[in-house]
Amino acid sequence: MRKCSLEKINLVFAEIAKAYTLYLPTDQNDSSAKFTKWEEGSVWSNALNTVRSPKDFFFPQAEDLMEFKVEGKNIDITDIRQESEDFVIFGVRACDVKSFEILDRVFLVDPVDSFYASRREHGIIVSLACTKPSETCFCTTFGIDCTEPAGDVSIWKTETELYWQANTEKGEKLLSYVDSLTEDANTKAVDEQKEKTSVVMKKLPLANLTTDGFGAGKTMELFNNEAWDELSQTCLGCGTCTFVCPTCQCYDIKDFDTGNGVIRYRCWDSCMYSEFTKMAHGNNRLTQKERFRQRFMHKLVYYPENNDGLYSCVGCGRCLAKCPISMNIAKVMKKIGGEK
Amino acid sequence: MNMREETLIPKVGVITDVRIDTPDIKTFRVVTPDGKKAFDHRPGQCAMLSIPGVGEAMFSITSSPTNEEYMEFSIKKCGCVTEWLHQAEVGQQLTIRGPYGNPFPVDDVFAGNNMLFIAGGVGLAPLRSVINYCRHYRDRYGKIDIVYGSRSKDDLLDYKEIIDEWATDAGVNVHLTIDNPQDGWDGHVGFVPNYVKELGFDTDKIAVLCGPPIMIKFTLEGLRALGFEKTQVYTTLELRMKCGVGKCGRCNVGAKYVCKDGPVFRFDELDELPDEY
Repeated sequence: MRKCSLEKINLVFAEIAKAYTLYLPTDQNDSSAKFTKWEEGSVWSNALNTVRSPKDFFFPQAEDLMEFKVEGKNIDITDIRQESEDFVIFGVRACDVKSFEILDRVFLVDPVDSFYASRREHGIIVSLACTKPSETCFCTTFGIDCTEPAGDVSIWKTETELYWQANTEKGEKLLSYVDSLTEDANTKAVDEQKEKTSVVMKKLPLANLTTDGFGAGKTMELFNNEAWDELSQTCLGCGTCTFVCPTCQCYDIKDFDTGNGVIRYRCWDSCMYSEFTKMAHGNNRLTQKERFRQRFMHKLVYYPENNDGLYSCVGCGRCLAKCPISMNIAKVMKKIGGEK
Repeated sequence: MNMREETLIPKVGVITDVRIDTPDIKTFRVVTPDGKKAFDHRPGQCAMLSIPGVGEAMFSITSSPTNEEYMEFSIKKCGCVTEWLHQAEVGQQLTIRGPYGNPFPVDDVFAGNNMLFIAGGVGLAPLRSVINYCRHYRDRYGKIDIVYGSRSKDDLLDYKEIIDEWATDAGVNVHLTIDNPQDGWDGHVGFVPNYVKELGFDTDKIAVLCGPPIMIKFTLEGLRALGFEKTQVYTTLELRMKCGVGKCGRCNVGAKYVCKDGPVFRFDELDELPDEY
């Protein structure tokens, strides 16, 4: 383990930025935090987490896939893909690091999504342990330890110091760039911090939320649960939950006529939207209840069934904070899984 | 980077023939610009066709894989992409990618069996691929029965091929029906599910169904009444799709994705899925 004084943090960022494009959470005018590209003068946010999840780095909200030139009856297709350059995402929380594994199991399984894969290969994740989890946090429900974040490098921030631990080759390479600014350290301060945070975690309002009653093999039983009517009644179908969710990965493919050709692009979509499954001859999910149910069944039953029991939720709490009608996955889990 | 394969990036295809089948169904013959098949497929698999600027949609490949020269798509005019295709002429290019989905188990489960194909309307399109595959390898299969119905005589897809080729094959019985009586039609009149019950098939065969949801529902009930097990009956599903490879989330039903785990399903497999297809 290495450490550096927090006073040197801007020197560290400058050093990393010499070798990589560096992104880190910074405070915005509305006091929310957002991942932005580091530049001289950037100030690392103290916020617990960013409003938008870092999934944008690998699965951007919109991206061009290819271009077409259409002349009369003829079509010419241009592959516009470009290899991504190495970049660092600094300060990713344990929940969000886990979300990348969940996305990988969609985009990196055969046939590999080359757009996602290129960014994933070039992205270096520097994770940050939590010390002040909020009342909307429930990562422990999904077996995530916020004091022990994964990633290429894990960091722990104390009052005065930053502790670094490389977990992968990519991470070791990154640390080598800041070797002169860091020094060897023992794990005492980090261990103490972990212990303190663990105590806080146990006192959170959702500390006892469990996945009991969900998982593979529960499709028919839970699909037909009567509670979906009540739970979905006030859902506006706005899709905010899917957009802030680090693991939601449904997408649309659309064409845009530039006047000088056609760009086919991909953008985020939401199973909460009425047109998501609409076909020329009908729609297999006509009501908001069906669409609402799909989102939660997918995260808590269908995805685990296809992915060795792994749930497609990391308990980051963004949907709890942002849903305009205060409905969320925690309420669904309590109601359908049985109140604890 | 550009060397890495990407399934979302299609090939260019060109329409080399347009056959008007019915008032709202046309069959398009497609090859690559150098005159070859865009890719090989198995009976029941699908392809994504697109017109840049209009959209992309999934279609079943109606021609048999045994046709080594071209692929055919029988397409009903009912949405944006299909309306555009219906005004396309020979020589029009489009984009094509695939093949997608699981095929019918023609070489293992179906081999050596009597086959019963039941289709309604444009539902014949995906079955034509299997039917012609079974006819091509005729000695691998037993007796073949084909029950096909449509609204009227004019709405019967592949009518000429059915009469001239299928109905004249040894060991192939074709049973056509239309919904209402019509001048110049001396065949059966009535809906497909009832016709299947009237014909009263033995259960010594594998049945393959495709058609409108209501036809499938009642035909399956009819087959069950005749003693067919759900494990003997196959169908092919259709849901909205964007990627074709189980990632965009659109065709997800239960833990399955119709594009990659289907579109071919056995009815006992469907029992394990929520009724959302």
